[in-house]
Amino acid sequence: MINDLWSYISVADHWWGPNGIMARLDEHLRYSAIAVGISLVLAIPLGLVVGHTGRGTAVVTFIANAFRALPAVGLLIFLVVLISPQFTGRSEARYLIPTTIVLVLLSIPSILANTVEGVRNVDPEARDAARGMGMTGSQVLFKVELPCALPLIFSGVRSAVLQVIATATIAAYISLGGLGRLIIDGLSSREYPKVITGAVAVAVLAIVLDVLIALIQRYTVSRGVSGRFSRKGATATTAPRKDDAIEADAEVLAV
Amino acid sequence: MIKFESVTKRYPDGTVAVNGLDLVAPSGQITVLVGPSGCGKTTSLRMINRMIEPTSGRIWLDETDTGTVSTSKLRRGIGYVIQHAGLFPHRTIVDNVATVPLMLGVDKKTARAQAMDLLVRVGLDPAFAKRYPAQLSGGQQQRVGVARALAADPPVMLMDEPFSAVDPVVRAQLHEEFLRLQQDLGKTIVLVTHDIDEAVKLGDQIAVLRVGGTLAQLATPADLLARPADDFVAGFVGRDRGYRSLGFADAGDLPTRKEVTVRLGSDFAAAAALAEDGWVLAIGDAGEPLGWLDASHPGTGPIGPQHLHRGGTVATEGGSLRAALDAALSAPSGRGVLVREDNTLLGTVTASEVVARIEERAAAERIEAAR
Ligand SMILES: Nc1ncnc2c1ncn2[C@@H]1O[C@H](COP(=O)(O)OP(=O)(O)OP(=O)(O)O)[C@@H](O)[C@H]1O
Ligand SMILES: [Mg+2]
Repeated sequence: MINDLWSYISVADHWWGPNGIMARLDEHLRYSAIAVGISLVLAIPLGLVVGHTGRGTAVVTFIANAFRALPAVGLLIFLVVLISPQFTGRSEARYLIPTTIVLVLLSIPSILANTVEGVRNVDPEARDAARGMGMTGSQVLFKVELPCALPLIFSGVRSAVLQVIATATIAAYISLGGLGRLIIDGLSSREYPKVITGAVAVAVLAIVLDVLIALIQRYTVSRGVSGRFSRKGATATTAPRKDDAIEADAEVLAV
Repeated sequence: MIKFESVTKRYPDGTVAVNGLDLVAPSGQITVLVGPSGCGKTTSLRMINRMIEPTSGRIWLDETDTGTVSTSKLRRGIGYVIQHAGLFPHRTIVDNVATVPLMLGVDKKTARAQAMDLLVRVGLDPAFAKRYPAQLSGGQQQRVGVARALAADPPVMLMDEPFSAVDPVVRAQLHEEFLRLQQDLGKTIVLVTHDIDEAVKLGDQIAVLRVGGTLAQLATPADLLARPADDFVAGFVGRDRGYRSLGFADAGDLPTRKEVTVRLGSDFAAAAALAEDGWVLAIGDAGEPLGWLDASHPGTGPIGPQHLHRGGTVATEGGSLRAALDAALSAPSGRGVLVREDNTLLGTVTASEVVARIEERAAAERIEAAR
């Protein structure tokens, strides 16, 4: 088995060929990026507005929970039946659009819910202080609420990306490409090394992307929010004052 | 000057938090709003910067009706300190303090330099500047909150229980720093507390509110303690007000006596021989009183700090009768220690001498009142 796997991946054409791992990886990334991009553009602004105003929180929770439980394959096939007849000819769009819709619907809930949660969770005293010093609504949102909500937003985006990368394999069911191709083709032709290669590639891709986003997170989220404090300045003390009397004019006799 | 003109706040659920409030907070002074929980202190304060809109009535800021200016413009001219400081967790301490100047368009370098100065002013080590709020204690955060509110140098400051989240020792320290700062800055301050002692200590005038949001009494601290307007105020001002009002009574020239003193490091037996009623006062090199030496205790060799009784308080010349009486009552020798401004020993005074002074003063006041 190991030997079969080894001999499969040591063929250059399996990597770089027109239907090789790299080509499938490229397609996989493309489908995922389109879906995650659309989700970010939809869910983050909506989440910020809902979180900031507090209006529509219940609706967001409902939508998020409903979408999370979507049966991805069933929905995909339903959408293909519904949409692809609208596109005559052999254009890729008739399959790409249903796939994208499914992936977007799957990735919106975690981004949206986390963005709303992140903004709602901002210390009310900090929000109050921001308004109290004369910040306008959008200043409060962008100068205080958004920076403080970033850790939760990032964790929403990370789980969305993981889910999209894993689910994008279903594109292969409807004759699109992606790493799912290796798995489905491998299964039908009983080339198990191909199946394993496809599955491992999906897992590795998910891990690599997660690490990448974690790095971005590290450099965009304030240390004050993430709690990764530097050691500098750790020795500061409250400035001692000679006249720290307990009462205005009576001082405890002390040596 | 801040002026409330029959201001009423009725919340949507029907709660009347403030009812027909008329009040003037004079410029350059500290006005303290005090009263039991739920009496409308926070509501009154937040109506000044329109964090809460009054249901009826008007609030004037000098010549301006606050209802006629935009809220952000109004608030940028008013420093606001809230209970737990409400610092921005994602910004360093120095950037927290510089927030308003930066918003007003001051360049970053100037704003930061000013912020550093302010941190020092409120008693924080500049080494804190690069830290984040989560790395500071509650008391330190409150100092930063005060510094942040002062940053744009607003003429008016609103403070809602700014010293509540800290222990009594730190609070007393913050009080001192606050009063010293106000002496320099002369801001128009409205401060909310439910602690009458804090009100008496900090206020130039005190407004006592009762539940339902009406004004029970507006008076100076001394007046409030001496002449509560009614049972409610009397009950709220609390026990010991006779004693506490002595805090506002000038001690004047007390009949001090000279005290035989010994120096730290001199021989114990020789020092004990000088004791009067079993106690002798030890002083330091600069003539400052250090503590009482118990001559009845057996001891030999040089006097060390460990031999000294430390329970007594010291009163400063020209201070209050309360401090003088407290010094006398707390001294193990029964002789209260008085010092000069420079902390050198002036002499001692007994409780009965202070009480005699208190009675003279009260008698004089009665004669004054009878006229
Ligand atoms: N948003 C609100 N809606 C309805 N009622 C409110 C609201 N805010 C305050 N109240 C009520 O108004 C009254 C005054 O509240 P306020 O917060 O001004 O009291 P406070 O004097 O500051 O009390 P505390 O010392 O406990 O802080 C209370 O009875 C309170 O329950
Ligand atoms: Mg309050």
